Amino acid sequence: MSMFKRSPWMVHYDGASCNGCDIEVLACLTPRYDVERFGVINTGNPKHADVLLITGYINEQSQPVVRQIYQQMPDPKVVIAIGICATSGGIFSECYNTKGGVDSTIPVDVYVPGCAARPESIIDGVVKGLAVLETKRAAWRIERKKRNRVFRLPFFKPKASPP
Amino acid sequence: MSGWLSAILYILLAPVAGGLIAGIDRKLTARMQRRIGPPIFQPFYDLFKLIDKENVIVNLYQNLYLTGFLVFNIVAGTLFFAGGDLLLVIFALALSGIFLVLGAASATSPYSHIGAERELIQMMACEPMLLIAAMGLYLLPHSFQVRDILAVDKPLFLYLPGILFGLLYILTIKLRKSPFDLSTSHHAHQEIVKGITTEFSGPALAVVELAHWYETILILGMIYLFFAWNPWVAVPATIGLYLAEILVDNTNARLTWRWTVTSSWLIAAVAGAGNLIVLFYFLKAGF
Repeated sequence: MSMFKRSPWMVHYDGASCNGCDIEVLACLTPRYDVERFGVINTGNPKHADVLLITGYINEQSQPVVRQIYQQMPDPKVVIAIGICATSGGIFSECYNTKGGVDSTIPVDVYVPGCAARPESIIDGVVKGLAVLETKRAAWRIERKKRNRVFRLPFFKPKASPP
Repeated sequence: MSGWLSAILYILLAPVAGGLIAGIDRKLTARMQRRIGPPIFQPFYDLFKLIDKENVIVNLYQNLYLTGFLVFNIVAGTLFFAGGDLLLVIFALALSGIFLVLGAASATSPYSHIGAERELIQMMACEPMLLIAAMGLYLLPHSFQVRDILAVDKPLFLYLPGILFGLLYILTIKLRKSPFDLSTSHHAHQEIVKGITTEFSGPALAVVELAHWYETILILGMIYLFFAWNPWVAVPATIGLYLAEILVDNTNARLTWRWTVTSSWLIAAVAGAGNLIVLFYFLKAGF
């Protein structure tokens, strides 16, 4: 049984937002919404996280940071774009410094629109993200088996040679 | 024979009990903050998830050091529950802490390094008191063996109130709770990302959690020693003192390392050593 559904740890990064969505993300942690009852922890450390929440559009300065956070997260992982700026660039899409939404830099699994996105819709987005996480986990396990074959002892002959 | 039995029971059951205690801790913490909180089995869900994740390592030594951390925690606890030498338990516990520090310091991340340095400072703060506690427990049975201390037919906490207080004070450091959660914290967001565990991910972090559960049970066992003359008092007292730790955790902000070292050394010197000296002369006078 997979435990990813029961303990999705998240890391939150603000690409370049107006802080409206960030405050809504943090509101999810408050006693009113309390996402910890679903096992969600806001880790603040990409190496511990399963879910990457990004608010705001992507510009030149935030692009390498977003890319690095994504690369530092161990597999399986899910990216959720929070707010209309993160999904498409929103009101800033015509600006000279805008690269676009989060999907201009890293693959996004769930889009949560809204300006600002409400805590309810953020929680809903995370729940949708968990379904994606589950499918990614299945793919990741097959991948891991292939990788582990390299380290098998010589008398355990692999059934098929890794591609 | 019963010593070996309890040691085997410790190795098998401590992860279960430690995880449950961590779950109840999180639930109570949430209740104190007027939240609903995660289910009490949440730490197990977290552990199994972490095992299922990719093992990202930054160098080859990291997992070796973490294995050392887990193994020496288990060794310390096994010695304790087998009724072995209390001094050896404390030294094995210190060695396991050093392994964790080495693991964190072997990575290049600055957060990991600060966490490792703070962990060393925390160990520096709590080691004197642990040794004084061992000396205090020695005085009545004239033995460092845990089985001899357990056999003392007197309420040790009445003889060692200062030492018990000092031990409870540094217990907050050992359990990684506020106000002394300098090197890492279970709470969301802290100023050095995740401190000592920053560079550990997936199964490596699971090992850290598991070792912490073993450590928690060992520390609760140490508190139990002070009340061991009557199990009907000892079990509620140990539970009550742990609940008090949770309350302290939720009502205190994090202190600086200077406060941590100064206050814990001061308490070790005044309450701990004071208690030791007074008790020594009382026993010499024949009380």
